[in-house]
Amino acid sequence: MTAMSAVGIVEVQTDQRSATVSESRVREVVEAAVAKCGATREDLVPILTEINHALGYIPPEAFKEVSHVLHTPIGQLFSVASFYQMLSTKPRGRHLIQFCESAPCHVVGGREVWTALQDTLKLESGETSADGKWTLRTTSCLGVCAVGPVITVDEDIYGNITPQQVNGILERYE
Amino acid sequence: MKYYRTHILICVDPECLGKGAHDIEDALQDELVAQGLIDEVQVLETPRIGDCSHGPEMMVYPDGVHYVGMSVDDIPFLVEEHFLKGRVAKKFLLTKVEVKDEELGAPTSKEVRVVLRNCGKIDPENIEDYIAEDGYEALAKVLASYTPEKVIDEMLASGLRGRGGAGFPAGRKWQFCRASKATPKFVICNADEGDPGAFMNRRVLEGDPHAVVEGMIIAAYAIGSSRGYIYCRAEYPLAVRTLNIAIQQARALGLLGEDILGSGFSFDLEVRIGAGAFVCGEETALMASIEGKRGEPRPRPPFPAVSGLWAKPSNVNNVETYANVPQIMLRGAQWYASMGTEKSKGTKTFALAGDVNHTGLIEVPLGINMREVVYDIAQGIKDGKKLKAVQIGGPMGGCLPEEYLDRPIDYESLAAAGTIMGSGGLVVMDEDTCMVDIARFFMEFIQDESCGKCTPCRVGTRRMLEILQRICKGDGKDGDIETLEMLCRQIKSTSLCGLGQGAPNPVESTLKHFRKEYEAHIYEKRCPAKVCKGLIRFDIIDACTGCTVCARNCPVGAITGERRKLHVIDVNTCIRCGICMQVCNFNAIVIN
Repeated sequence: MTAMSAVGIVEVQTDQRSATVSESRVREVVEAAVAKCGATREDLVPILTEINHALGYIPPEAFKEVSHVLHTPIGQLFSVASFYQMLSTKPRGRHLIQFCESAPCHVVGGREVWTALQDTLKLESGETSADGKWTLRTTSCLGVCAVGPVITVDEDIYGNITPQQVNGILERYE
Repeated sequence: MKYYRTHILICVDPECLGKGAHDIEDALQDELVAQGLIDEVQVLETPRIGDCSHGPEMMVYPDGVHYVGMSVDDIPFLVEEHFLKGRVAKKFLLTKVEVKDEELGAPTSKEVRVVLRNCGKIDPENIEDYIAEDGYEALAKVLASYTPEKVIDEMLASGLRGRGGAGFPAGRKWQFCRASKATPKFVICNADEGDPGAFMNRRVLEGDPHAVVEGMIIAAYAIGSSRGYIYCRAEYPLAVRTLNIAIQQARALGLLGEDILGSGFSFDLEVRIGAGAFVCGEETALMASIEGKRGEPRPRPPFPAVSGLWAKPSNVNNVETYANVPQIMLRGAQWYASMGTEKSKGTKTFALAGDVNHTGLIEVPLGINMREVVYDIAQGIKDGKKLKAVQIGGPMGGCLPEEYLDRPIDYESLAAAGTIMGSGGLVVMDEDTCMVDIARFFMEFIQDESCGKCTPCRVGTRRMLEILQRICKGDGKDGDIETLEMLCRQIKSTSLCGLGQGAPNPVESTLKHFRKEYEAHIYEKRCPAKVCKGLIRFDIIDACTGCTVCARNCPVGAITGERRKLHVIDVNTCIRCGICMQVCNFNAIVIN
């Protein structure tokens, strides 16, 4: 995983993205998130983003921890987390593939690339592969429309994609 | 004071020093003395010229000549060539490797770059580059000699309208905010550029972040705020990084923080990152998100200028709006108002995408007509195809057919044509585009991003999407068009926020201009553009030589045939992927 991320935090171990995360690990991650972002309600979205980035998703234990810190009911926290597309309450695969489904990518051949992705991975949007390696998702516009169609794998962006290139790109990831 | 006719800047950063920069400097001084030029040429040290990989490096001004890789022994020759004979010493010129900027080329003749003026030309991670291009001079001028009221007057006179899409006069918004009595007040920058196809803001944030920062500081001064936020979408990690660096550097120079430039005025700001919700580009949803809540809009009034973030007076403007402010304050409202039309002043950035030869970012004076943009600046439709429609305004904008090309691009004209200016995304579609498919496509996006708070949007757009999906599959019914029209009217007039109110626009405009396509889908079960998979079939015609390439490549085994005999596609098995057509070398496969 490359170091540049939306929140600019240090690299994390990719083997953390397993279906169950230990309670001590969750506590560690939540503490780090709160230390970095703050402990008031206005810091909630950044906190959840940090947790999501560290663990690949926000497990139920994390909601409990954050609820204690912010003195906010879990229901409210879940309501916020489930609203934002980039936060996941379900475990994700080791690698997240996002395909830009917006109009400019669509009109320059995006449809064919999307079909190729789905066929190659045998996944539909939102699904994770059985071996836990891939999660496939559509994303809204990434703002690099001049080089559409575009996909991202984790933090790597690939532009000017053709269906023929899909396999080659996927092979780069363990 | 001594005036020199020429300055030589020698790079003395560690890498160049390691390659003997100081020795070069000494040799240069000695040679200039020997040649009697020391009173005309000044030698200075500078921390950075290029990337120092070819060091030592020097830059000669005002010529703007960049020399690299010279040794101490080369100096006498260099001095003689350049300073005595007046010739560029070609041997030491840096040969630049041209890196093609796919998004932002050199300005075409019809463009005027105000917001984009520095992008691609300065190092966004170096505040000194920005300062060298008159950066922060506007701020200094404002803090030294303008009252907040005068700033607002200037903004009103410039006619700058909000560039986020709604086009509300920026000066008036600032006026309302200033007039509000409650404190503290907040200055917010909407950098949640979610419109698919729009990436102007992204480029400005990545390429010239200080323009936005400076604009926000000036706005804060005008309205009386000391705290600001830039809400940037998470899909723009590079922009977030560049902004944070810019803010740090501005703070280090005292341009942010307490007592800015000794004026007594204090202001600081921070970046807040989104989490993938398009609706957070709506100002009240954006503020809810900063507050740590679901990004749901709320009714207005009260408007943010009166009650915004944490119920305090807040000014929300788009990245581009703020980026215009320093130039307006520096060059004057009259200069800005001299561009554009009577009611739509100034310039606007656009992101050209779709089936044109030249895609990317442009900036043009408002009032230019669409034909000039598509055919002159964008160099026409790709592959010599015909233009079908231009979609402007993002997912809440409408599609304009060929007949509208000669209308001017300004807020009023676009509204009259059934679309909106939007943030600047312009998608050009050629004759192979199915307009019903496009309407369905945008409605899918809206459904994904609808926050769900109000019924007209949440349920209404779902009903519309269901109808559009049915039509594209081939199950369109008599009455569908009328139902769509009714839903458009209802959703538009009763939705809580701009997302819902604009959601029907793609459907409404395609129904208005391309009704025949809808009718063909519904009544003839035919897709004229041959796009909708449920309504097309792939057929093999006589040109087939029986080479079997298509049959072997078909992923679902839908093609049968003997070698050298006409092959046949089973229409029930065929998934319309189009691979057979791609691999056929005889043009024997057509779409009907």
